[in-house]
Amino acid sequence: MPLLEVRDLCKDFGGLRAVSNFQLKMEQGEIVGLIGPNGAGKTTVFNLITGLIPPTSGSIIFQGENLVGLPPYRIAAKGIARTFQNIRLFKDMSVLDNVRAILHVHNGYGFWDAALHSPRFAKKEEEILARARELLEVVNLETRSRDPARSLPYGDQRRLEIARALALRPKLLLLDEPAAGMNPREVASLTELIRFIKDKFQLTVLLIEHQMGLVMNLCERIVVMDFGEIIAEGTPHEVSNNPVVLEAYLGKGAVVNRC
Amino acid sequence: MERYFCTLLRRRERVRLALLGGLLASLYGALKLLSLAGLINEYWQRVLDQALITTIGALGLSIIYGFAGQFSLGHAAFYGIGAYTAGIIGKVWSQGSITFFLLALLAGTLAASFIAFLLGIPILRLRSDYLGIATLGFGVIVRVALENSNRFYPPLGGATGMTGIPQVANFDWIFWFTVGTLILVCNLIASSYGRAWLSIREDEMAADTLGINTTRYKITAFVLGCGLAGLAGGLYAYRYPYLHPSSFDFLKSFDFLLIVVLGGLGSISGTVVTAICWVFLLEGLRIILGQAFVDWRGVIYAVILIVTVLLRPQGLFSGKEWRLLFPSRDQDGTWGKEGKHASLRG
Repeated sequence: MPLLEVRDLCKDFGGLRAVSNFQLKMEQGEIVGLIGPNGAGKTTVFNLITGLIPPTSGSIIFQGENLVGLPPYRIAAKGIARTFQNIRLFKDMSVLDNVRAILHVHNGYGFWDAALHSPRFAKKEEEILARARELLEVVNLETRSRDPARSLPYGDQRRLEIARALALRPKLLLLDEPAAGMNPREVASLTELIRFIKDKFQLTVLLIEHQMGLVMNLCERIVVMDFGEIIAEGTPHEVSNNPVVLEAYLGKGAVVNRC
Repeated sequence: MERYFCTLLRRRERVRLALLGGLLASLYGALKLLSLAGLINEYWQRVLDQALITTIGALGLSIIYGFAGQFSLGHAAFYGIGAYTAGIIGKVWSQGSITFFLLALLAGTLAASFIAFLLGIPILRLRSDYLGIATLGFGVIVRVALENSNRFYPPLGGATGMTGIPQVANFDWIFWFTVGTLILVCNLIASSYGRAWLSIREDEMAADTLGINTTRYKITAFVLGCGLAGLAGGLYAYRYPYLHPSSFDFLKSFDFLLIVVLGGLGSISGTVVTAICWVFLLEGLRIILGQAFVDWRGVIYAVILIVTVLLRPQGLFSGKEWRLLFPSRDQDGTWGKEGKHASLRG
């Protein structure tokens, strides 16, 4: 059984079909890239999978269960975590609390435990603190735990978003342009980080990215979208030699000239 | 190493609790001594009690607006609901017994919470400004209902106000209720609840997508904050012999809002200090301006708010939180990192 199976997913915004008949099957442990020109509907697919917007039609089956109609927080708790294209950290919270806030989803305690700081609360909080430190170590931010998230440099903010997503103990991680705005050295270390967390936390990763270096390097399989539709699918090599893909990216003339 | 660290933290936590307890007890003792020595007369004792009651209500709004980021302009309505609920129980059934007083406080708190719950489910979907308008409207409804309450039940007094509630609440009760509230609020802020509220204030969509049940936490914050307003109202009813709908109108809501904004959004220490200073400032102005104070009040409020928002939009206490209030474990937490004012949000 595939971990995630998206069938015939469509989304209309008014008269505009943003996503049309989107199909995707992901097996446990895969890294799949989702690429396409700006406005192709990639982020809309993420928003549909995470339940932020309801699909017009189609189904999203995760571990044998249809997610359509569930509120975002329930989908997240089932094991789908994401990062955002335009970083959405809890900016005025400390780096540590950005991670801790999400750790509670699986490590909760009751209202009265919290109000009275009961022994159960103390025990859980110690676990949460240790776990948060561990996750911050993974992304190399353990020394900045006190600082407000907004004070981090751009690349670190992206990494903190990944740590925060990992706090959810996801099975499927959706990364929306994780390398946007990074310099080549940061991209290299990000590539390594994604490989590392994929193995360490046994993740399945679906990532949107424009930096082809990272995509070609990481992904075993690439799905290309344009105008809401899948126009090609295959290994990095197949996709990068597909004339339809080149046309979508560079325009019709580019392909003709090449021939 | 980890175990050693935990033991160390627990020891520091015990020291913190002992220090905090000692400080609060000595503060109580000092105030009692001053009042016994005759240095605090009946008038200033009333002002001090009002300051503490306002603190309880303001802490409620601090949770709702300062931490959870839900802009409420109707806080005084819940203060009024608590006051009238507790008051009518005292007036009709009790002859000043302590048990009834405590039961009435509980009833006032629960009534405010319950109405907040019913109101919160539909209106907490709204975002900042819209939520402000909805709560403002609710405040007006409550005031009008209180003014006409004698038509449903004459002892409520309607527009002439309600008298005849036994004056059971003294400084001791009010002081320890304030301390209890303060500890309860600090404990919650330093827990998953506080972090969830902050995450909603910071970015509701991200919180939702990352597994936080934002609706539930927003309603919890609203119900709890309004419940505290109800508790404050109950104490008010048993401390001051006269309840009138105009004590619970929009201007009073604005009082609470000013305290929370001036103190710095997301700062408990700021809320407490500003609440106390605010009440004393108003009394001071009342003495200086005399009868003219009532006319000038609106102007003074507006000037103070404009000046603060221009000069110090993050509030007086942003960036500082009294560390003793929060567990040692939490020193890497978000304490004192200020929030933004609703209108400044993008």
